[in-house]
Amino acid sequence: MEIIETLISGLSSGGTYAMIALGYTMVYGIAKMLNFAHGDIIMVGGYAIYTTMIATKNPILGLGVAIIFCMLLGISVEKIAYKPLRGASPLAVLITAIGVSYLLQSTAQMIFGTAPKMVIVAEMGNMEIGALKIPYYIIVTLVCSAIVMVALTLFVKKTKTGRAMVAVSEDRGAAQLMGINVNRIIMITFAIGSALAALAGFFMLMKAPSLTNTLGAMPGIKAFTAAVIGGIGSIPGAMIGGLLLGIVEAVTSKSAAIAPYTDAIEFLILIIILLVRPTGILGKVRREKV
Amino acid sequence: MAKSLKNIKWKHYLNYIVIAVVTILFAIMSMSNALTSSTIYLLEKIAIAVLLTVSLSVVVGFLGELSLGHAGFMCVGAYLGGKTACLLEASLGNGILSLLISLLVGGAVAALCGVIIGLPALRLKGDYLAIVTLAFGEIVRSLFLNSSDASFGGPLGLDTPRYDKNVLFIIAFVAVLICLAVIQNLIRSKHGRAITSIRDNEIAARATGINITKYKLTVFTIAAFFAGIAGVLYSYSNYTIQSAKFNYNYSIEILVMVVLGGMGSINGSIIAATLITVLDVELQTILTGETAVLQDLLYALILIVLVVYNNAPALKAFRERNSMKNFLRKITKAKHDPAHRADDEAKWDRVPTKIEMNEVLSTEFQPTMSTLEPDRKEDL
Repeated sequence: MEIIETLISGLSSGGTYAMIALGYTMVYGIAKMLNFAHGDIIMVGGYAIYTTMIATKNPILGLGVAIIFCMLLGISVEKIAYKPLRGASPLAVLITAIGVSYLLQSTAQMIFGTAPKMVIVAEMGNMEIGALKIPYYIIVTLVCSAIVMVALTLFVKKTKTGRAMVAVSEDRGAAQLMGINVNRIIMITFAIGSALAALAGFFMLMKAPSLTNTLGAMPGIKAFTAAVIGGIGSIPGAMIGGLLLGIVEAVTSKSAAIAPYTDAIEFLILIIILLVRPTGILGKVRREKV
Repeated sequence: MAKSLKNIKWKHYLNYIVIAVVTILFAIMSMSNALTSSTIYLLEKIAIAVLLTVSLSVVVGFLGELSLGHAGFMCVGAYLGGKTACLLEASLGNGILSLLISLLVGGAVAALCGVIIGLPALRLKGDYLAIVTLAFGEIVRSLFLNSSDASFGGPLGLDTPRYDKNVLFIIAFVAVLICLAVIQNLIRSKHGRAITSIRDNEIAARATGINITKYKLTVFTIAAFFAGIAGVLYSYSNYTIQSAKFNYNYSIEILVMVVLGGMGSINGSIIAATLITVLDVELQTILTGETAVLQDLLYALILIVLVVYNNAPALKAFRERNSMKNFLRKITKAKHDPAHRADDEAKWDRVPTKIEMNEVLSTEFQPTMSTLEPDRKEDL
């Protein structure tokens, strides 16, 4: 029974990681850049939920406000900081993203201070099925992330915009020649990624209600690791990587002897997988041409 | 003798001379007790920052690989060097000999880690390598954080002996000079040109017979070695070392110094490291409490604006018009040699690389009898 509980809680936190990792991987696939500030969008979403909840005490409204605010933020960050650098060296874009990450963190600290804020999204008990005892937030997270993943997969496979996104990530130049508005696609990608980050922020606050300006830093890096494990640029890869990481985390944190080394083990898995498959589990090998 | 002195490129030795002169000046001042202990601590910090920045600059600016785990190498150096210093204190005392041994131990172990990280670097590229270096830094930090109290102090940190502070900063600057000598000579040699060629085009470099494996490993090892040295110096200049200090934010801080100094510029790295360290300390005294966050905000803004300005393709023409070089040229216009100037201002981007189709079509091709004759013979 305990194994099943561990696995379910692992899948649930894996769902949160997958949500963040999807943002990383989609932006990487389409804009060919590492959006290091992605983790901090989660934090901004958290503060949006916090502010709305002070005013209205309604967590669902808070989530809605957070999603819209994060979408706008993601789009404006892309327009102001990343768009001028399109065509510049990847390193320059990465460093700008790091700058944006610092900017968001310090702005949040300036507005809300360093003291952690308590955001109790919802008081939920445990669900009991026979001998199984699972907190409700885990179920909510699991179900929501499953729905989002299915919806996103359908969106990418079935809709015109989704297929345009795949086309842009395959070959930007050719996509442009086929009449796809690349700028619009990149904007949509950032919007979707940021909305997913806001949702992940909501899940994280459900799990642990303490909110600081570094809320998104470590989960951001973990989710980035998940995206790389799955093969960055691949949407199913990000899901697999996120779930894998969540399960590993749940299993290692069960044993008192290994628990302090959870982070180290996760990163070690990353290194080992990259050594065996240098482009991640589902990553495509790109032949480099001169 | 006079001729050989003339042949020396003084430009190449300017940074050694400046650093040596400044160090000697401060050494004299410290001997006459003119320096406060906070100034000395600042000097130590500057030396450590310069070591870290210059060593990272070789990886990022010259080899062109992004490393986000430089603080990890420093962490290894700090803990191993600090531990060695603790162990040696009982037998050798806290003298120059034990300092040198711990410097070597810290540097060597960090260099070994550099080899270990350099090995995946041979298979991975760009962003993948960046995440592996980041993972390495976090693994190292987590291992030291969870070590037992007896080995590396665990979460409380390792207590290390502090070296005589009037001497330590001089040793630190000597380490900077050695680091500069090694790295600049490497970069200016044919090996350095091989390294920059890997940065510019790895496939072309491989095609010209450059041993990429060898150079990547060399660069990672050297960079890790000097980061380790910086770590040992850090452990000597502080009473305790805590692994929380060496998180990935610190690696990024070093990267920021490299970027602000200019990629592929050693002098730029030195200047940026010095300026940012001084600014850090100065701002910390001005901005206290709630306003301390303004400093981070300021850094973030400066970083974004500088990187966008320096790299945006749309601003290329504007940058070239308003560059520092142009400004200097305007000032020294009178002295300028016209011949040199013509060469300088040649528009290399306008060198015709494509053959104009009209030109090809307008040249008339008239076959002469001699070229046609062999064919005719065959026909007959």
